[in-house]
This record gives sequence, structure tokens and C-alpha cells, in this order.
Amino acid sequence: MSTTAKPTPDKYSLGQSMKRKEDPRFLRGHGNYVDDIVLPGMLWLSIVHSPYPHARIVKIDKTAALAVPGVVAVLTGEDLAAHNLAWIPTFHGYDKQMILAVGKVLFQYQEVAGVIASSREIAQDAAELVEVEYEPLDPVVNPFQSREDKIILRDDRENKTNHIYHWEVGKRDATDAAIAASDVSIKERVVFQRCHPAPLEPCGIIADMDAATGRLTLYLTSQAPHAHRTVVSLVTGIPEDKIHVISPDLGGGFGNKVPVYPGYVVAAAASVVIGVPVKWIETRTENLTTTGFARDYHMDVEIGATKDGKVTALKVATVADHGAFDAAADPTKYPAGLFGIVTGSYDFANAFTELDAYFTNKPPGGVAYRCSFRVTEASFAIERGMEILARKLNMDPAELRLKNFIKKEQFPYPSPLGFVYDSGDYHLTLRKALDIIGYDALRQEQKEKRTRGELMGIGISTFTEAVGAGPSKHFDIMGIKMFDSAEIRVHPTGSAILRAGTKSQGQGHETTWAQIAADELGLDPQNIMVEEGDTDTAPYGLGTYASRSTPVAGAAIAMAARKIREKARKIAAHLLEAPVDDIEWENHAFHVKGLPENAITMQTIAFAAYTNPAPDTEPGLEATFYYDPPNLTFPYGAYIAVVDVDAETGFVKVRRFLAIDDCGTVINPMIVEGQIHGGLTEGFAIAFMQELAFDADGNSLNTNFTEYLVPTSLETPHWETSSTCTPSPHHPIGAKGVGESPNVGSPAAFVNAVMDALAPLGVTHIDMPLTREKVWRAVRSAKGAAKT
Amino acid sequence: MFPAPFEYHRATSIDETLALLAKHGGDARVLAGGQSLIPAMRFRLARPAVLVDINALHELSYLREEGGMLAIGAMTRDAALETSALIASKYPLLADTSALVADPVVRQSGTVVGSLCHNDPAGDWGVTALAGRAQIVIRNASGTRTVAIDDFLVDSFTTAVGEGELALEVRFPTPPPRTAGSYQKIERKVGDFATASAAARITLDADGAITGAGVAIGAAGPHAMRVRDAEQLLQGAKPTKELIRAAADAARALADPVADNRGSVEFKKDMAGVLVGRALIAAIGRLGVEGLR
Ligand SMILES: Cc1cc2nc3c(=O)[nH]c(=O)nc-3n(C[C@H](O)[C@H](O)[C@H](O)COP(=O)(O)OP(=O)(O)OC[C@H]3O[C@@H](n4cnc5c(N)ncnc54)[C@H](O)[C@@H]3O)c2cc1C
Repeated sequence: MSTTAKPTPDKYSLGQSMKRKEDPRFLRGHGNYVDDIVLPGMLWLSIVHSPYPHARIVKIDKTAALAVPGVVAVLTGEDLAAHNLAWIPTFHGYDKQMILAVGKVLFQYQEVAGVIASSREIAQDAAELVEVEYEPLDPVVNPFQSREDKIILRDDRENKTNHIYHWEVGKRDATDAAIAASDVSIKERVVFQRCHPAPLEPCGIIADMDAATGRLTLYLTSQAPHAHRTVVSLVTGIPEDKIHVISPDLGGGFGNKVPVYPGYVVAAAASVVIGVPVKWIETRTENLTTTGFARDYHMDVEIGATKDGKVTALKVATVADHGAFDAAADPTKYPAGLFGIVTGSYDFANAFTELDAYFTNKPPGGVAYRCSFRVTEASFAIERGMEILARKLNMDPAELRLKNFIKKEQFPYPSPLGFVYDSGDYHLTLRKALDIIGYDALRQEQKEKRTRGELMGIGISTFTEAVGAGPSKHFDIMGIKMFDSAEIRVHPTGSAILRAGTKSQGQGHETTWAQIAADELGLDPQNIMVEEGDTDTAPYGLGTYASRSTPVAGAAIAMAARKIREKARKIAAHLLEAPVDDIEWENHAFHVKGLPENAITMQTIAFAAYTNPAPDTEPGLEATFYYDPPNLTFPYGAYIAVVDVDAETGFVKVRRFLAIDDCGTVINPMIVEGQIHGGLTEGFAIAFMQELAFDADGNSLNTNFTEYLVPTSLETPHWETSSTCTPSPHHPIGAKGVGESPNVGSPAAFVNAVMDALAPLGVTHIDMPLTREKVWRAVRSAKGAAKT
Repeated sequence: MFPAPFEYHRATSIDETLALLAKHGGDARVLAGGQSLIPAMRFRLARPAVLVDINALHELSYLREEGGMLAIGAMTRDAALETSALIASKYPLLADTSALVADPVVRQSGTVVGSLCHNDPAGDWGVTALAGRAQIVIRNASGTRTVAIDDFLVDSFTTAVGEGELALEVRFPTPPPRTAGSYQKIERKVGDFATASAAARITLDADGAITGAGVAIGAAGPHAMRVRDAEQLLQGAKPTKELIRAAADAARALADPVADNRGSVEFKKDMAGVLVGRALIAAIGRLGVEGLR
């Protein structure tokens, strides 16, 4: 925390619901997305996709497509291979992925050829005319089939197996022994289904090679513009100074805009070769069928406990479906991301988790959808497990949690799977939630309803996340440490420009970043312009995903501002004609110790920095800071869902949903609430309607929004929110990440509530999404079983 | 996603529409609200060579009672029914349907007649039209004819409207006294086509016996289907729980749905029954008869 005195809140202070500075632009339709950009002489790329999930490519005939007036080129994998671009390495470097298929296709809708033409329509018409002859092969549609290795999918790899890796952490033997010795234990397979973040704006690029300057400009839907610049340089050999990535306004990302996609590479290669700009904008179907999905973890959860409900051991064994390539964008040393957070908010003496990942004939990806590297899967596993344990113990699920929470005195808490949790007061937060929702009254109501055969359920989820990757000793992507950066320049008249290595996709950085700097500097946040996404101007950073922006770049902003403040202190001393050591910073201004009435503002100092610099100081007032976080941050929450289930139709009505979040210091409560609302809506969708499903032949069943469902305001429940505040002790302003909390925490609350409603029927678990039919079927088979 | 190339005509009169349709025959499609046709074209599932847009034909946008019938013009949007006082007061079955078809945005454009002409197996208006005994007025260059809804819905995406023809309006008989209806739908989210749906229309006499019954189900066959067995059971009987259960079972027996992302055959068949039961209970409840649940 800041060492300066805590100011009395004023217009510069953190914690105010300042309206979003970016909104006037968006609300008036003045946003500037990749698809809004039109360059002179621009060509269009349209991609030909495979209709088969697994097939050998016998022949590709470009003739008919090339004959269409306006078509400039048709590119295939073999054409790219000539430039060594048919395959590129995946982010963590352990695998490679195809750009355009060579030899065979490995998932339905895989990119097979690219058509470059003078208009989007011509490109698409001609793409239909590219004749590809396939020889279909038997597909592998799930990781359990894959595991048998009867069909080897990746003949390009040295090891002739579909098994990608085994990963484990914790003490296997001690955990097995503790579970075996426990009074009570549970074991359940819970599946976190494959789903998709489906940002409203799909992915796209304009690649613009300027033959005169030799510079390649990429207007890119990128959550991590600098990382993408480095990847392009490494893969193509183009010097990094000759690559300019501009990520303009983004219409949502949710991790979907972290990976490098074939469309980007083909457009860039085409622009380099042809020498004119080439644009590619994904269709909705392309976005859903080829870009980064999320989850697809099959988790066997085991918990041991004493008969009075003290947990003793946790074991989770996971089988992961990674699709055709191991392209999950995890940090290098974390193949299963931060799944080790699976012990959650509970004090387990013993824990062990292991994971095996497999190739299948499905699109690649796995780390996305508002999820800090598999924290969502882990949270779901533990929160479902605790619910199932409570039922087995015949104990109230709130009581079980209160009994097993890590206590506030235990922080910093070293978890058995290797994290050091920074701070938390789990008892406080859950008690507040129980109180607000009126837990006891709800349980009473439920009791009465059960006597009438009505199905009402209450579900709790008290999750803990690990976000803000991350400390350089553990975290890197392609070797680049996961620091982040900020640069602030204060102008003579006391306004400023702030640039960061992150990239907002709707999170409101233009507002919150200004608020952080404003509070540190005593400048008006309205006059701190925030700019991100341009690699020519922004300092190098790893981008925005995994709830890392506030923990890492937010800290860098505070630290850069403090550097400026230190210099400003010298200027203040010069202006106040006092020794530097006598200058105090209080209530967003400087004064000489003991003379607070004679304060000077940062605005005055800024002017002096350019007009009357202090002796022995450089003119100007600016600073850059690269922040290497000492630890992750561990936001947490207590969520409670109340549902009524229609036994006849399986319809679940979410009657109430309360989310209490603790993300430490809150910069802008309105923005945090907005993040919570958005993430809860996604969690609701995941729990009840979203799944990327495939039929037995490997065909995608969700290729557009009529089949991949995104809820509207009409069926979305009303969200009740509140908070507690346990600042992060190691973050400069005490903030933790929050963007992902609601998506991480809510699915288990919904499922737990439905399972609680179905408890009288003896139903223990149903895998998401909890469709009407699945609930109907569970009710039916329970009733059928009761009859016989 | 872009449609394949097509020719576009914005008709300025019914006669011009008919002339264009006659000229282009099977290559031409009428464009009404575009809420089914345009998505199909963008996915290139439909590739009409010629579109004849009838959106400028304001004379086809009306809701009027005449000759014991409610007439709904070919360019009358779903939203017009949803917000009509006449519909709200006298046609509860239509009011229910207009609030459940698609989503509020689509309802601003989509038309009732367009939906009937599209004849999606899971569409809502066909179900209501069957239960409400609607008729469709069809015109071509040589004249006008009126077709009962039962004969209009020929097969999935196929109706009695032939090449060179325009559906002018759909007519619903004005309900006699002590008549009510209800439309019930299960959908995965607002704006989704039905997983299952059911419409019921009931007339009671002074003694509380059923003197008129219309029952239909959707998403349970190649197109919306009348549940004649249920109608026969209901006709002349007094509403009881058992009667409603029997009518619901008749719907279960008739339903012949296909399995898809919305559900299995087994689930959809059961839902057809559940929804027929609920539609009957709601319709009869609107006539003041309770206690059937
Ligand atoms: C997101 C979304 C959700 C939807 N959800 C539902 C739903 O839940 N339930 C439902 O029932 N529908 C749903 N629909 C379809 C919607 O109701 C359509 O509006 C309706 O099916 C067609 O009406 P239209 O006026 O848009 O017809 P158009 O799309 O213009 O035409 C449909 C077809 O009918 C023909 N046609 C139209 N009018 C005439 C005419 N007067 N004479 C001859 N032929 C004609 C056209 O040539 C075309 O073949 C949905 C649509 C969308 C986009």
C-alpha cells in the first residue's frame, strides 16, 4: 500500500463511479473497429473451410476460383509452405499449428485455402469455387477415444500418440492415503463443457505492407498487440521495428483475441507478396467454429472429510480435450494454467491434482472466456465437490464452507498446490451474503415447499481465483516475462497522456487507468487521456486477459505516477523554497511540513516543470514503469443462487442471484459492477445453454447464434451485487483483478442450486449446460426409480 | 456472410407484384419482413435469383374485422398485433402468439403472413392458425382464392402458394362469445424457435360444456399439426382434469418431432403433451373455469 497519508476523498480519489470516458464515442457510433477501417486499394481475403473433421486432402483445384473476375490469388497450404508459413509454433512453443492445411485436415471448418479478391463478395463467391477433393478419415471426437491411440491424429509429430502431456502437482500418495482414511469421502466426475466466448465483434485484420518503407502495419483485433508484434517478427523474420500493430477499438475479446489465427497470417503473407492492403473479417460461423474455445475439462473430483465435516484431502484428475493442436495460450511453465487453485477457499492439509491432455478432431484453443488460465474449471470442480460433500454429510453447504475456509489470520496462506494467497476474509464475505439473501428464511421456505413436492433450490459458490499473471520468476509467454508497463506524460497545463501495455476490449481502461493516475498525481481524470493498442507508441506489455490488467498494468500506472510525484516533490521544494525532505503530499497537493494551508497543486508543478524547472532536474514531467508483480492476486467471492424448477418441463427459473465480490481496492465501483453483470450473464449462459457440441462424426453442431446461444436481457436474471474489501497487501493500490470473477464463480452457484432443488429426488449431478431436457430427464428417471 | 447474387425489385402495387412474380416464375421470391428469407440467403441456403419486395405496399398492412373475420394483411408485422388493443381484447390466442414469436426486434419486421408462407416446422403462427381455423387469401394474375389453413400448410417450407402467387392476407374467424385461447411455447431463449409449442381455442356454452375446440402443436412434425383426436375428445365434454390429460396424451401420440439441439424425440413428444395441457387450462381459465391443474 501507499506510504503516503490517506487523503480525504476528493474529486481525484479512487473509488468513485465516474462515467466511462469511452462511452460517448461508442454510444454515438464513433467507435473505430478493424472492420471500420478502409484503406485505398485494399483487397479482401475469404477462407475455404473443410467440411470434414478428419480427411486427407487429395487435390485442390484453384482454376474455377481464379477465373472469377476480381480474384487476385488463391493460396493453399503448399503455397505457404514455400514461405515456411504453413505451420507456426503455438504460444507456449510445445506444439505447432497449421495455417492452411497441408496433407490433411484435423477439424471441421479447418482453414484449407484463402481467396484474395477485390471485394468481400467476390472473395466469398470465388471461395465456393475452390474445388477440394478429400478422402475422409475416421474422426476422433472425444479425449477418451483419443486416449486409446487407435487413430493417430498428428502424423507430423515425432511421438505417435494422441497424448499431449501429463501434468501434476501436489502429493499423490499422502492425498490418496488421507482420502482412504477419511470418515466420509465423495467422488464425482464433473465435466466443464467446451464453450466459446463469442465476442460480438469477430476477429479480423488489415495487413498493409508498404513496399516503399518496408513496414508492415497490422490493424488487428488483438488483446495483446506487443506479443503479436513479437510473434510476427519471430515467425517471419521481419525485423520488429518494421512491424506496427494497431489494435483499435475491440468489441469484446474474452480471451478469444489472444491467439494468432490463420486468417491473420494469410492476410499478412498476401499483403507482403502482393504489396497492397489485405483485409479479412471473420464471419460468425468462422468465429464459432475455428477460433479459441474454452474449457473442455473432464474432472474426477474426490474429497475426504471427517464425519463432522472437516475436509482432509482433495484429489482432482482431469482429462482435457485440446482439439487438433495444443494451442491453449498458457504461460510456458503452466501447461494446465493455474488449475492448481483447485483447493479453492478451503484449508486442505493434503491435495493432489493431475491432468492429461489429448488431441481430438476439434478446433484448437482452450484458454478463453473470461478465465484466468483454467481457474474457472478449477473453481467449478471444487465448488461442486464441496456441495456434493455437504449433501453426503447431511450438512448445510454454508456451514460446511464456514467450517473449512482458510481463516483470515492464515494469510499470506501457502496452499498445498503451490500458491501463496495474498489476502482474504472468507468468513466475513459469506456471512454477509447469507445475511443479504436471507438464507435462513429461504431454507425455511424450501422446507415448506418440499412438503408440497415443489422443487426449490439454493446454491452457494465461494470461489477464490488466482489472477494477475504474473511474477517473472514463474510466468512467461514465448520467454517474454509477464510484466506490464505504463508511461505517463504530464503536459505543461496539467493534463496528461497515459499509455499502457494492456488493451481494453470493453473493460473501461480509458476511465480506470485515468482514475489511478489521477489519485496518485492529483490531476483531473477527465484530462488524462489513455491510449492503448498501438505498438509504436505504447510501452511493451503482454496485454489484457486473465484479469491481469489491474494487478499488473494498474500497478505499473501507480508506480509510474509515483515516479512523477517524486520528481514533482523536488519541483515543489524549489517553488516553496524548502528542503525536499520537508515537502509532504497530502490531499492531492504538496505543502511544507506544518503549513498545509499553503499547498501547491500538481497543475502548478507541471507548468513549472516546463517553464521554471528546478535546478539539477531535467525539464519535463514524465515517467515509464515496468511492473513485475511479486505475486498473483487472489480475488474471491460468495455467490448465492435461488432457483425454482418446473418438474414437468425441466425449466429452471433463477429467482434470485446475489454476488458478493472482494477484489480489494475498487477503482470505479460502477465499472466493477458492470464487469460483474456481464460475467454473471456469461456464467448463466454456460450453466444453462451454451455448449460447443459435436456429433459422433465430429460435425460441429453450433455454427451460428441460432444454435450457440447467447442470452438476451429478456431471459437474463436480475443480478444483486455487493462487496467486501480486503486489499491486496502487495499491490501498490491494493487492487486485485475482477473481470473474470463472475464467470469463474457463478456456474457452480447455478448448478449447486439446481442440484439442491433436485436433492429430494436423489439427483447428485448433471453436467452443464442444464438444459430443460437434462433436468426433465433427471426428474423423470428419479421418479421412475421411485416407482419401481 | 453474404447472399449469392440476386436481382431486386421493389414493387409499388399488387398488380406490379403479380406481374413480376408471373414473369420470373420459380426464380422469384416475395420479400416481406425478410426475417426468414434474408438469413437463409446469407447462409446461402436460399438462392433466389429475383426478389420482389412488397414492403412498399402499405395497403397490405392492416388489422380489420369484416364479415365475421379478422383480416391480417400480408405486410402486417408481428409487432402490430402485439400492440393492438383489438387483439388484446378479443383475440387472446393471437395476442399470446405475437408476444412469443421470435424476439422484440424481429417482431418489428416479421409478418404473420410471411411466417405462414415460410412454413417452418417450428414456426409459431402455423400452430395458432390451425387452432384458430384461419384461412389464407391467395392471388395470382388470373384471380383470388381462399384456402383453409389445413390445406395451406403442405409440407415443411411448402405451402399452397404457387409460382406467380401472392398471399394477400390471413383471416381468423371472430371468436363467438365465451371463447378464449392460449398459446404456449418452450424455447431455449427468447428469439429461439420452439422446442415444442401448442395452441388451444375453446368455446364454452352456458352449462360449461365445450362447444368449440381447436388444438394444434408445433415443432412436432413437418409443419404445425392439428390434434384432431384431442379436438374430438373435447367437443361436447365438460372440462375436467382427466379430459385435459387425455387431450394432452392425444398430442403426445400425434407428435412426431425430429431430434436436434433443442431436444430428443422423447422429450419433445412429452412437451407437446405438457403444452397442450397447459394451453387448454389457460384458455379455459380465461373463461373463468379454474381448478384444472
Ligand atoms: C432471430 C430470429 C428469431 C426468430 N424466431 C422465430 C420464432 O421463435 N418463431 C417463429 O415462428 N419465427 C421466428 N423467426 C422467423 C420470423 O418470425 C419471420 O419473420 C417469419 O418466419 C417470416 O416472416 P417475414 O415477414 O420475415 O417473411 P420473409 O422472410 O420475408 O419471407 C419468408 C418466406 O415467405 C415468403 N413470403 C413472405 N410473404 C409472402 C407473401 N405475402 N406471399 C407469398 N410468399 C410470401 C417469402 O418469399 C419467403 O419464402 C425468427 C427470425 C429471426 C431472424
